[in-house]
Amino acid sequence: MPSLSFSAPTSVDEAVKVLAGASGLAKVLSGGTDLLVQLRSGRTRPDLIVDTKRIPGMIGVREEGDRFVVGAATPGAMLYENTALTRAWPGIVEGMDLIGSEQIQGRASLAGNLCNASPAADSVPAMIAARVTCLIAGPNGKREAPVEAIVTGPGRTSLQKGELITEFHIPKPKPHQSDAYLRFIPRTEMDIAVVGCAVNVTLDAGGTCTDARVVLGAVAPTQIIVEDGAKALVGHRLDDATLAALDDAARRACKPIDDKRGTIEYRTKVAGVLARRAAAIAFERAGAR
Amino acid sequence: MAKQHVSTIINGEPVEYLCEPQQTMLDVLRDELNLTGSKEGCSSGDCGACTVIVDGRITCSCLMLGAEAEGRTIQTVEGIAQGDKLHPVQQKFLEHAALQCGFCTPGFIVAAKALLDENLNPTEEETRYWLAGNLCRCTGYDKIIRAVLDAAAVMREEAAR
Repeated sequence: MPSLSFSAPTSVDEAVKVLAGASGLAKVLSGGTDLLVQLRSGRTRPDLIVDTKRIPGMIGVREEGDRFVVGAATPGAMLYENTALTRAWPGIVEGMDLIGSEQIQGRASLAGNLCNASPAADSVPAMIAARVTCLIAGPNGKREAPVEAIVTGPGRTSLQKGELITEFHIPKPKPHQSDAYLRFIPRTEMDIAVVGCAVNVTLDAGGTCTDARVVLGAVAPTQIIVEDGAKALVGHRLDDATLAALDDAARRACKPIDDKRGTIEYRTKVAGVLARRAAAIAFERAGAR
Repeated sequence: MAKQHVSTIINGEPVEYLCEPQQTMLDVLRDELNLTGSKEGCSSGDCGACTVIVDGRITCSCLMLGAEAEGRTIQTVEGIAQGDKLHPVQQKFLEHAALQCGFCTPGFIVAAKALLDENLNPTEEETRYWLAGNLCRCTGYDKIIRAVLDAAAVMREEAAR
Protein backbone atom coordinates (compact mmCIF):
# COMPACT_ATOMS: atom_id res chain seq x y z
CA MET A 1 0.00 0.00 0.00
CA PRO A 2 2.32 2.73 -1.12
CA SER A 3 -0.30 5.46 -1.46
CA LEU A 4 -3.18 4.84 0.90
CA SER A 5 -5.15 7.94 1.87
CA PHE A 6 -7.46 8.36 4.84
CA SER A 7 -10.45 10.65 5.10
CA ALA A 8 -12.89 11.21 7.94
CA PRO A 9 -15.65 13.43 6.55
CA THR A 10 -18.17 15.05 8.86
CA SER A 11 -21.14 15.15 6.49
CA VAL A 12 -22.79 12.74 4.07
CA ASP A 13 -22.27 15.20 1.17
CA GLU A 14 -18.57 15.40 1.92
CA ALA A 15 -18.32 11.60 2.14
CA VAL A 16 -20.02 11.19 -1.24
CA LYS A 17 -17.75 13.81 -2.78
CA VAL A 18 -14.61 12.12 -1.46
CA LEU A 19 -15.77 8.64 -2.50
CA ALA A 20 -16.93 9.76 -5.95
CA GLY A 21 -13.73 11.70 -6.59
CA ALA A 22 -11.39 8.89 -5.55
CA SER A 23 -8.99 7.58 -8.15
CA GLY A 24 -8.62 3.86 -7.70
CA LEU A 25 -10.30 1.74 -5.05
CA ALA A 26 -12.13 3.54 -2.24
CA LYS A 27 -13.33 1.64 0.82
CA VAL A 28 -15.89 2.79 3.37
CA LEU A 29 -14.79 2.19 6.96
CA SER A 30 -17.45 1.61 9.62
CA GLY A 31 -16.26 -0.66 12.43
CA GLY A 32 -13.38 -2.05 10.39
CA THR A 33 -13.68 -5.58 11.75
CA ASP A 34 -13.65 -7.01 8.22
CA LEU A 35 -11.83 -4.21 6.38
CA LEU A 36 -8.75 -4.15 8.62
CA VAL A 37 -8.33 -7.91 8.41
CA GLN A 38 -8.52 -7.73 4.60
CA LEU A 39 -6.13 -4.78 4.56
CA ARG A 40 -3.65 -6.70 6.63
CA SER A 41 -3.86 -9.87 4.53
CA GLY A 42 -3.61 -7.94 1.27
CA ARG A 43 -6.99 -9.22 0.11
CA THR A 44 -7.99 -5.62 -0.49
CA ARG A 45 -5.59 -2.87 -1.53
CA PRO A 46 -7.56 0.36 -1.39
CA ASP A 47 -6.20 3.76 -2.39
CA LEU A 48 -8.58 5.53 -0.05
CA ILE A 49 -10.31 4.68 3.22
CA VAL A 50 -13.27 6.84 4.25
CA ASP A 51 -14.19 6.64 7.93
CA THR A 52 -17.92 7.40 8.22
CA LYS A 53 -18.19 7.45 12.00
CA ARG A 54 -17.79 11.22 12.34
CA ILE A 55 -20.89 11.90 10.23
CA PRO A 56 -23.83 12.85 12.46
CA GLY A 57 -26.51 10.13 12.49
CA MET A 58 -24.17 7.36 11.37
CA ILE A 59 -24.15 5.90 14.87
CA GLY A 60 -27.30 5.47 16.90
CA VAL A 61 -30.80 4.03 17.00
CA ARG A 62 -33.84 6.30 16.94
CA GLU A 63 -37.58 5.80 16.59
CA GLU A 64 -39.40 7.77 13.90
CA GLY A 65 -43.15 7.08 13.84
CA ASP A 66 -43.73 3.57 12.58
CA ARG A 67 -40.07 2.69 12.11
CA PHE A 68 -36.66 2.49 13.72
CA VAL A 69 -33.82 4.34 12.02
CA VAL A 70 -30.44 2.76 12.65
CA GLY A 71 -27.28 4.60 11.61
CA ALA A 72 -25.22 2.55 9.18
CA ALA A 73 -22.13 2.41 11.41
CA THR A 74 -23.99 1.65 14.65
CA PRO A 75 -22.09 -1.12 16.44
CA GLY A 76 -23.82 -4.35 17.40
CA ALA A 77 -23.55 -3.57 21.10
CA MET A 78 -25.77 -0.51 20.65
CA LEU A 79 -28.45 -2.67 19.05
CA TYR A 80 -28.71 -5.16 21.88
CA GLU A 81 -28.51 -2.35 24.44
CA ASN A 82 -31.62 -0.80 22.83
CA THR A 83 -34.58 -2.31 24.68
CA ALA A 84 -37.25 -1.11 22.24
CA LEU A 85 -35.46 -2.55 19.20
CA THR A 86 -34.64 -5.80 20.98
CA ARG A 87 -38.29 -6.18 21.97
CA ALA A 88 -39.54 -5.30 18.49
CA TRP A 89 -37.16 -7.52 16.48
CA PRO A 90 -35.37 -10.09 18.63
CA GLY A 91 -34.29 -11.94 15.47
CA ILE A 92 -32.49 -8.98 13.91
CA VAL A 93 -30.73 -8.19 17.18
CA GLU A 94 -29.74 -11.79 17.89
CA GLY A 95 -28.38 -12.15 14.35
CA MET A 96 -26.07 -9.17 14.82
CA ASP A 97 -25.22 -10.21 18.38
CA LEU A 98 -23.95 -13.60 17.15
CA ILE A 99 -21.06 -11.89 15.38
CA GLY A 100 -17.75 -12.13 17.22
CA SER A 101 -16.70 -11.19 20.72
CA GLU A 102 -17.49 -8.24 22.96
CA GLN A 103 -14.52 -6.46 21.34
CA ILE A 104 -16.04 -7.02 17.89
CA GLN A 105 -19.53 -6.01 19.05
CA GLY A 106 -18.22 -2.60 20.04
CA ARG A 107 -17.24 -1.91 16.44
CA ALA A 108 -18.93 -4.20 13.90
CA SER A 109 -21.92 -2.60 12.15
CA LEU A 110 -24.97 -3.61 10.13
CA ALA A 111 -23.70 -1.72 7.06
CA GLY A 112 -20.30 -3.34 7.33
CA ASN A 113 -21.76 -6.81 7.69
CA LEU A 114 -24.04 -6.19 4.71
CA CYS A 115 -21.48 -4.55 2.41
CA ASN A 116 -18.76 -7.07 3.20
CA ALA A 117 -21.18 -9.23 1.22
CA SER A 118 -20.42 -12.58 2.78
CA PRO A 119 -23.10 -15.20 2.04
CA ALA A 120 -22.81 -16.13 5.72
CA ALA A 121 -23.34 -12.62 7.15
CA ASP A 122 -25.35 -13.21 10.32
CA SER A 123 -27.18 -9.88 10.50
CA VAL A 124 -28.54 -9.98 6.96
CA PRO A 125 -31.20 -12.74 6.81
CA ALA A 126 -33.34 -11.30 9.61
CA MET A 127 -33.10 -7.80 8.11
CA ILE A 128 -34.38 -9.13 4.79
CA ALA A 129 -37.09 -11.12 6.58
CA ALA A 130 -38.28 -7.94 8.35
CA ARG A 131 -38.33 -6.02 5.03
CA VAL A 132 -35.68 -3.58 6.19
CA THR A 133 -34.58 -0.96 3.67
CA CYS A 134 -31.38 1.05 3.43
CA LEU A 135 -30.98 4.69 2.61
CA ILE A 136 -28.13 5.15 0.15
CA ALA A 137 -26.41 8.45 -0.52
CA GLY A 138 -24.55 8.97 -3.77
CA PRO A 139 -23.52 11.46 -6.44
CA ASN A 140 -27.10 11.47 -7.81
CA GLY A 141 -28.71 12.10 -4.44
CA LYS A 142 -30.42 9.67 -2.11
CA ARG A 143 -32.21 6.44 -2.92
CA GLU A 144 -33.81 3.75 -0.84
CA ALA A 145 -33.36 0.05 -1.55
CA PRO A 146 -34.42 -3.14 0.21
CA VAL A 147 -31.59 -4.92 1.98
CA GLU A 148 -31.88 -7.90 -0.38
CA ALA A 149 -30.97 -5.64 -3.33
CA ILE A 150 -27.50 -4.84 -1.98
CA VAL A 151 -25.52 -8.08 -2.11
CA THR A 152 -25.03 -9.43 -5.65
CA GLY A 153 -22.47 -12.15 -4.89
CA PRO A 154 -19.66 -13.00 -2.50
CA GLY A 155 -17.77 -9.74 -1.86
CA ARG A 156 -19.87 -7.83 -4.41
CA THR A 157 -22.63 -5.27 -3.92
CA SER A 158 -24.92 -3.21 -6.12
CA LEU A 159 -23.58 0.05 -4.67
CA GLN A 160 -22.16 2.31 -7.36
CA LYS A 161 -19.02 4.44 -7.18
CA GLY A 162 -19.52 7.23 -4.70
CA GLU A 163 -22.43 5.55 -2.94
CA LEU A 164 -22.63 4.59 0.71
CA ILE A 165 -25.37 3.35 3.02
CA THR A 166 -26.22 5.99 5.61
CA GLU A 167 -29.04 4.37 7.55
CA PHE A 168 -31.35 1.39 7.84
CA HIS A 169 -35.12 1.78 8.08
CA ILE A 170 -36.64 -0.99 10.15
CA PRO A 171 -40.45 -1.04 10.16
CA LYS A 172 -42.04 -1.59 13.57
CA PRO A 173 -43.78 -4.95 13.92
CA LYS A 174 -47.51 -5.27 13.37
CA PRO A 175 -49.66 -6.90 16.08
CA HIS A 176 -48.76 -10.59 16.45
CA GLN A 177 -45.65 -10.20 14.31
CA SER A 178 -42.19 -11.34 15.37
CA ASP A 179 -39.02 -12.97 14.12
CA ALA A 180 -36.18 -15.34 14.94
CA TYR A 181 -32.72 -16.05 13.57
CA LEU A 182 -30.75 -19.24 14.08
CA ARG A 183 -27.40 -20.23 12.72
CA PHE A 184 -25.56 -23.50 12.85
CA ILE A 185 -21.85 -23.58 13.71
CA PRO A 186 -19.83 -26.56 14.94
CA ARG A 187 -19.14 -24.83 18.28
CA THR A 188 -21.14 -22.47 20.46
CA GLU A 189 -19.53 -19.08 19.75
CA MET A 190 -17.13 -17.16 17.49
CA ASP A 191 -17.57 -18.90 14.19
CA ILE A 192 -18.98 -18.35 10.73
CA ALA A 193 -22.41 -19.74 9.89
CA VAL A 194 -22.59 -23.10 8.13
CA VAL A 195 -26.25 -22.25 7.61
CA GLY A 196 -28.29 -19.31 8.90
CA CYS A 197 -32.06 -18.95 8.80
CA ALA A 198 -34.40 -16.09 9.65
CA VAL A 199 -38.15 -16.47 9.88
CA ASN A 200 -40.51 -13.52 10.26
CA VAL A 201 -44.22 -14.20 10.76
CA THR A 202 -47.45 -12.30 11.33
CA LEU A 203 -50.31 -14.22 12.93
CA ASP A 204 -54.00 -13.56 13.34
CA ALA A 205 -55.63 -13.71 16.77
CA GLY A 206 -56.18 -17.45 16.38
CA GLY A 207 -52.52 -18.20 15.64
CA THR A 208 -52.87 -18.68 11.88
CA CYS A 209 -50.06 -17.17 9.85
CA THR A 210 -51.16 -14.29 7.62
CA ASP A 211 -47.75 -13.14 6.35
CA ALA A 212 -44.28 -14.63 6.43
CA ARG A 213 -40.77 -14.31 5.12
CA VAL A 214 -38.17 -17.07 5.30
CA VAL A 215 -34.56 -16.18 4.47
CA LEU A 216 -31.53 -18.48 4.35
CA GLY A 217 -27.87 -17.53 4.61
CA ALA A 218 -24.66 -19.42 3.72
CA VAL A 219 -26.39 -21.82 1.33
CA ALA A 220 -26.06 -19.77 -1.89
CA PRO A 221 -23.87 -16.93 -3.24
CA THR A 222 -26.23 -14.43 -1.60
CA GLN A 223 -28.87 -14.63 1.09
CA ILE A 224 -32.01 -16.16 -0.42
CA ILE A 225 -35.67 -15.46 0.17
CA VAL A 226 -37.48 -18.80 0.30
CA GLU A 227 -40.77 -17.89 -1.38
CA ASP A 228 -42.11 -21.42 -1.06
CA GLY A 229 -41.23 -21.35 2.62
CA ALA A 230 -43.48 -18.33 3.13
CA LYS A 231 -46.23 -20.07 1.13
CA ALA A 232 -45.89 -23.12 3.36
CA LEU A 233 -46.57 -20.96 6.42
CA VAL A 234 -49.25 -18.50 5.28
CA GLY A 235 -52.76 -19.73 5.99
CA HIS A 236 -51.52 -22.32 8.45
CA ARG A 237 -50.97 -22.77 12.15
CA LEU A 238 -47.74 -24.25 13.42
CA ASP A 239 -48.40 -27.97 13.06
CA ASP A 240 -46.33 -30.92 11.88
CA ALA A 241 -47.59 -30.76 8.29
CA THR A 242 -46.77 -27.04 8.05
CA LEU A 243 -43.30 -27.57 9.46
CA ALA A 244 -42.66 -30.46 7.08
CA ALA A 245 -43.68 -28.30 4.11
CA LEU A 246 -41.39 -25.50 5.33
CA ASP A 247 -38.49 -27.94 5.80
CA ASP A 248 -39.01 -29.20 2.25
CA ALA A 249 -39.18 -25.68 0.79
CA ALA A 250 -36.02 -24.60 2.60
CA ARG A 251 -34.08 -27.62 1.36
CA ARG A 252 -35.25 -27.09 -2.22
CA ALA A 253 -34.14 -23.43 -2.15
CA CYS A 254 -30.54 -24.26 -1.19
CA LYS A 255 -27.72 -23.93 -3.70
CA PRO A 256 -24.79 -24.47 -1.34
CA ILE A 257 -21.14 -25.27 -1.91
CA ASP A 258 -18.95 -27.94 -0.37
CA ASP A 259 -16.28 -26.43 1.84
CA LYS A 260 -14.48 -27.05 5.11
CA ARG A 261 -17.54 -25.91 7.07
CA GLY A 262 -19.96 -28.38 5.54
CA THR A 263 -20.91 -30.42 2.53
CA ILE A 264 -23.74 -29.62 0.15
CA GLU A 265 -25.78 -32.50 1.54
CA TYR A 266 -25.20 -31.46 5.15
CA ARG A 267 -25.95 -27.78 4.57
CA THR A 268 -29.15 -28.66 2.74
CA LYS A 269 -30.39 -30.85 5.56
CA VAL A 270 -29.46 -28.30 8.23
CA ALA A 271 -31.29 -25.55 6.31
CA GLY A 272 -34.54 -27.48 6.68
CA VAL A 273 -33.93 -28.13 10.37
CA LEU A 274 -33.08 -24.50 11.13
CA ALA A 275 -36.13 -23.27 9.19
CA ARG A 276 -38.39 -25.44 11.32
CA ARG A 277 -36.75 -24.38 14.58
CA ALA A 278 -36.66 -20.67 13.70
CA ALA A 279 -40.32 -20.82 12.63
CA ALA A 280 -41.28 -22.40 15.96
CA ILE A 281 -39.55 -19.58 17.86
CA ALA A 282 -41.01 -16.86 15.62
CA PHE A 283 -44.56 -18.28 15.99
CA GLU A 284 -44.19 -18.47 19.75
CA ARG A 285 -42.92 -14.90 19.98
CA ALA A 286 -45.60 -13.59 17.62
CA GLY A 287 -48.33 -15.40 19.49
CA ALA A 288 -47.15 -13.97 22.81
CA ARG A 289 -47.69 -10.35 21.76
CA MET B 1 1.06 9.82 1.38
CA ALA B 2 1.02 12.49 4.03
CA LYS B 3 0.98 11.26 7.60
CA GLN B 4 -2.14 11.79 9.64
CA HIS B 5 -1.93 14.13 12.59
CA VAL B 6 -3.95 12.81 15.52
CA SER B 7 -4.84 14.40 18.86
CA THR B 8 -6.31 12.00 21.36
CA ILE B 9 -6.41 11.15 25.05
CA ILE B 10 -4.58 8.05 26.19
CA ASN B 11 -4.74 6.98 29.83
CA GLY B 12 -5.99 10.43 30.80
CA GLU B 13 -3.19 12.36 29.10
CA PRO B 14 -3.55 14.39 25.89
CA VAL B 15 -1.36 12.80 23.25
CA GLU B 16 -0.47 13.90 19.73
CA TYR B 17 1.14 11.75 17.09
CA LEU B 18 1.69 11.32 13.38
CA CYS B 19 0.79 8.03 11.76
CA GLU B 20 0.57 6.43 8.35
CA PRO B 21 -3.03 5.83 7.15
CA GLN B 22 -2.57 2.06 7.26
CA GLN B 23 -1.04 1.94 10.74
CA THR B 24 -3.33 0.30 13.26
CA MET B 25 -3.95 1.72 16.71
CA LEU B 26 -1.87 -1.18 18.00
CA ASP B 27 1.03 -0.20 15.71
CA VAL B 28 0.79 3.37 16.99
CA LEU B 29 0.64 2.36 20.65
CA ARG B 30 3.59 0.01 20.40
CA ASP B 31 5.83 1.59 17.76
CA GLU B 32 5.15 5.31 18.02
CA LEU B 33 4.18 5.78 21.66
CA ASN B 34 6.22 2.98 23.28
CA LEU B 35 3.14 1.66 25.04
CA THR B 36 4.09 -1.97 24.57
CA GLY B 37 1.71 -3.42 27.16
CA SER B 38 -0.88 -4.13 24.44
CA LYS B 39 0.31 -7.26 22.67
CA GLU B 40 0.11 -8.33 19.05
CA GLY B 41 -1.18 -11.88 18.88
CA CYS B 42 -3.20 -12.60 15.76
CA SER B 43 -3.69 -9.16 14.15
CA SER B 44 -7.14 -10.26 13.08
CA GLY B 45 -9.33 -9.60 16.10
CA ASP B 46 -9.48 -13.21 17.24
CA CYS B 47 -7.19 -13.30 20.29
CA GLY B 48 -7.88 -10.08 22.22
CA ALA B 49 -4.27 -9.61 23.36
CA CYS B 50 -4.36 -6.03 22.00
CA THR B 51 -7.61 -5.08 23.78
CA VAL B 52 -7.96 -1.41 24.73
CA ILE B 53 -10.94 0.64 25.87
CA VAL B 54 -12.09 3.26 23.35
CA ASP B 55 -14.76 5.68 24.55
CA GLY B 56 -15.85 3.13 27.13
CA ARG B 57 -16.00 0.07 24.84
CA ILE B 58 -13.42 -2.68 24.57
CA THR B 59 -11.87 -2.85 21.13
CA CYS B 60 -9.14 -4.87 19.47
CA SER B 61 -6.59 -2.16 18.74
CA CYS B 62 -5.38 -4.26 15.78
CA LEU B 63 -8.78 -3.70 14.14
CA MET B 64 -8.72 0.08 14.50
CA LEU B 65 -6.66 2.54 12.50
CA GLY B 66 -4.45 4.94 14.41
CA ALA B 67 -6.06 7.75 12.44
CA GLU B 68 -9.46 6.87 13.89
CA ALA B 69 -8.32 7.85 17.40
CA GLU B 70 -8.71 11.58 16.71
CA GLY B 71 -10.72 13.07 19.58
CA ARG B 72 -11.34 9.71 21.24
CA THR B 73 -10.51 8.61 24.77
CA ILE B 74 -8.39 5.49 24.99
CA GLN B 75 -7.35 3.43 27.95
CA THR B 76 -4.60 0.82 27.68
CA VAL B 77 -3.28 -1.67 30.20
CA GLU B 78 -0.68 0.93 31.23
CA GLY B 79 -3.53 3.09 32.58
CA ILE B 80 -5.28 0.48 34.70
CA ALA B 81 -3.20 0.76 37.91
CA GLN B 82 -3.39 3.98 39.95
CA GLY B 83 0.30 4.85 40.29
CA ASP B 84 1.82 2.06 42.39
CA LYS B 85 -1.56 0.71 43.45
CA LEU B 86 -2.68 -2.22 41.33
CA HIS B 87 -6.27 -2.42 40.17
CA PRO B 88 -8.16 -5.22 41.99
CA VAL B 89 -8.22 -7.22 38.74
CA GLN B 90 -4.41 -7.02 38.54
CA GLN B 91 -4.01 -7.88 42.22
CA LYS B 92 -6.30 -10.90 41.92
CA PHE B 93 -4.54 -12.12 38.76
CA LEU B 94 -1.38 -12.29 40.86
CA GLU B 95 -3.05 -13.94 43.86
CA HIS B 96 -4.84 -16.56 41.74
CA ALA B 97 -1.83 -17.12 39.48
CA ALA B 98 -4.17 -16.39 36.58
CA LEU B 99 -1.33 -16.30 34.08
CA GLN B 100 1.65 -18.31 32.99
CA CYS B 101 3.42 -16.91 29.95
CA GLY B 102 1.63 -13.60 30.40
CA PHE B 103 1.18 -12.69 26.75
CA CYS B 104 -2.62 -12.63 26.89
CA THR B 105 -2.71 -11.01 30.34
CA PRO B 106 -2.86 -7.32 29.32
CA GLY B 107 -5.86 -8.02 27.09
CA PHE B 108 -7.62 -9.98 29.82
CA ILE B 109 -6.91 -7.26 32.40
CA VAL B 110 -8.31 -4.52 30.18
CA ALA B 111 -11.38 -6.55 29.16
CA ALA B 112 -12.09 -7.63 32.75
CA LYS B 113 -11.66 -4.09 34.03
CA ALA B 114 -14.18 -2.86 31.44
CA LEU B 115 -16.64 -5.58 32.51
CA LEU B 116 -16.38 -4.54 36.17
CA ASP B 117 -16.74 -0.86 35.24
CA GLU B 118 -20.19 -1.80 33.89
CA ASN B 119 -21.19 -4.58 36.25
CA LEU B 120 -19.77 -5.12 39.72
CA ASN B 121 -21.67 -8.37 40.15
CA PRO B 122 -21.29 -10.44 36.98
CA THR B 123 -22.22 -14.11 37.04
CA GLU B 124 -19.62 -16.66 36.08
CA GLU B 125 -21.46 -17.20 32.80
CA GLU B 126 -21.54 -13.47 32.03
CA THR B 127 -17.84 -13.26 32.82
CA ARG B 128 -16.99 -16.18 30.57
CA TYR B 129 -19.01 -14.73 27.68
CA TRP B 130 -17.52 -11.27 28.17
CA LEU B 131 -14.00 -12.70 28.05
CA ALA B 132 -14.71 -15.03 25.12
CA GLY B 133 -12.84 -12.64 22.83
CA ASN B 134 -9.61 -13.17 24.77
CA LEU B 135 -7.65 -16.35 24.14
CA CYS B 136 -5.20 -17.98 26.57
CA ARG B 137 -3.10 -21.04 25.80
CA CYS B 138 -1.72 -21.55 29.32
CA THR B 139 -4.26 -21.31 32.08
CA GLY B 140 -7.30 -23.19 30.85
CA TYR B 141 -9.23 -20.00 31.75
CA ASP B 142 -10.50 -21.18 35.11
CA LYS B 143 -7.97 -19.24 37.18
CA ILE B 144 -8.69 -16.15 35.13
CA ILE B 145 -12.43 -16.43 35.77
CA ARG B 146 -11.82 -16.99 39.53
CA ALA B 147 -9.55 -13.94 39.61
CA VAL B 148 -12.10 -11.69 37.91
CA LEU B 149 -14.97 -12.86 40.12
CA ASP B 150 -12.81 -12.36 43.21
CA ALA B 151 -11.83 -8.87 42.00
CA ALA B 152 -15.53 -8.11 41.57
CA ALA B 153 -16.15 -9.16 45.18
CA VAL B 154 -13.36 -6.86 46.39
CA MET B 155 -14.71 -3.98 44.35
CA ARG B 156 -18.23 -4.53 45.71
CA GLU B 157 -16.82 -4.36 49.24
CA GLU B 158 -14.93 -1.16 48.41
CA ALA B 159 -18.06 0.33 46.85
CA ALA B 160 -20.13 -0.54 49.94
CA ARG B 161 -17.76 1.30 52.26
